[in-house]
Amino acid sequence: MAISLKGVVKRYGPVTAVDGLDLDVPKGVCFGLLGPNGAGKSTTMRMLTAQTLADEGQLEVLGYELPRASKQARLEMGVVPQLDNLDVELTCRQILTVFARLYRVSRGERSAAVQRALEIANLVPRADTIVRELSGGMRRRLLVARGLIHRPRLVLLDEPTVGLDPQVRQELWSLIDNLRAEGVTLLMSTHYIEEAERLADTVAVMSHGRIVAEGPPAELVRAHAGEQVIEVYGSPDRLAEVSELATSRGWSSRRSGPVVAIMRAESLDGEAPEGVRRPANLEDAFVALTGEQIE
Amino acid sequence: MSARAVTAGAPKDRAPAARVGRLEPAALAGVMSRDVSIFGRYWKATTFSSIVQPTIYLLAFGLGFGSLLPHVAGMKYVQYVATGVVAVAVLFSSAFPGMFNTFVRWQFQRTYDAILAAPVDVEELITAEMLWISVRAGVYGLAPLLVGLAFGLEPAAGMLLVPLIGFVAGFGFAGFGVTIAAVAKTIDNFNYVTSAVLTPMFLVGGSFFPISTLPPVIRALAQINPLYHCVQLVRDASLNALGVADLGHAAVLIAFAVLMWRLAIWRLGKRLID
Repeated sequence: MAISLKGVVKRYGPVTAVDGLDLDVPKGVCFGLLGPNGAGKSTTMRMLTAQTLADEGQLEVLGYELPRASKQARLEMGVVPQLDNLDVELTCRQILTVFARLYRVSRGERSAAVQRALEIANLVPRADTIVRELSGGMRRRLLVARGLIHRPRLVLLDEPTVGLDPQVRQELWSLIDNLRAEGVTLLMSTHYIEEAERLADTVAVMSHGRIVAEGPPAELVRAHAGEQVIEVYGSPDRLAEVSELATSRGWSSRRSGPVVAIMRAESLDGEAPEGVRRPANLEDAFVALTGEQIE
Repeated sequence: MSARAVTAGAPKDRAPAARVGRLEPAALAGVMSRDVSIFGRYWKATTFSSIVQPTIYLLAFGLGFGSLLPHVAGMKYVQYVATGVVAVAVLFSSAFPGMFNTFVRWQFQRTYDAILAAPVDVEELITAEMLWISVRAGVYGLAPLLVGLAFGLEPAAGMLLVPLIGFVAGFGFAGFGVTIAAVAKTIDNFNYVTSAVLTPMFLVGGSFFPISTLPPVIRALAQINPLYHCVQLVRDASLNALGVADLGHAAVLIAFAVLMWRLAIWRLGKRLID
């Protein structure tokens, strides 16, 4: 296992951010931690670098027990944070050089490592530009490259594409896909369903500080939302009526805006109300699992 | 500063390239290399103000007061002020970066979060930041002496000790600044410290006038003012008048530096790792 957490608890005063979390991330997979804001994803990520200390439970990263041997674990993994924490006063090359040193890349290999990272980030022509003058997308690519400077075998990505426009998101997705193809283990937290669906081999759905379901995206969908979903549109009165019907029959349904969606439409045997049928997706499964809406 | 190895079982699939320990030179050098890169952007402004400020002090106090009282404590007033201003320069060039740089990098730029996600511990991060600030303070502490030479201060071999004195005192003041940054709720809180601690500290530190003329209570307080000991040490070194009393001054500065170092790591560590 690349990451193994058992019974991990983290409390902030009366708030329990992580509540008995068990998580095993095998080597070589892209593992998605999916959950709404406040589910405890970022706290979990910070615990993996020992920047947040757990109140209870066992944590192991790359075979090292945290927090005791966390420094050794950090040496061998890369981190891409959710918040941009680049040094705005430095150039791309300077930032990468500093982090090459922090990650103990030997003097002889440092400039090659920096060059390689610039190429990964597609920032070679901007190598000597000050970060303040880079676009949002470039800065995010630089953040990713910074976390890869020492060729880590495990990379933590905390909401890697939050706040990015669709084109930049696509660029980052192919970058992440390439890493997985190289055999790097990835743990990615996200609250974008599509991101988890597209990139993750395994998704763990997190809610209120614990994992409520785990598996390959397609299996999660089948297990928790079935094959098909019926979407019923109509007036508020009609929607309320349909919701009531679903509840009385014990159908799993959800209301989002002007639609009521009923899961497992394939098993309703003609009792289903009129509506539009579509294949079930991870969002349906997510809502069925957590009862929470996401973006 | 021993490199105590972390004892953890090696992962089975490959042996790690390096073993990391505590207070590693590589981590300190890495963090400081960042400071050096940033310094490359603003060294001109820093150097300008480090020359202009003591020049103004010497013009205002040295020539202004100096014409009224040519001798203070048995030395020419320009000698007195030029050596006193060294300590003031060290104080300001270490306490302020300790407070402001720490707060900005930690709270606004989140640089410290990025560094601590790399194999760098809180102790290494803070030690490296303090080392950088104090090396710079020691070097820039020479500026008032250079200006003083232009105003008639006589060169002395002991002046070569001034960067070392500035380094030790600067390390303590930097640690003080980091500690303040760690306990401050907002950056505006620094005003309390600047007006209630730093300003009195430098006024009754013996930089501009001897504390021997002050009431006994303030004289007693001056004994626990690290700046006072820094002033005395710099003055004695610069005038080739080092004596036994200076061992005491040096001891106070070293104790202050060590105390502030551990205090800074403890207080900021509690805020950086939650």
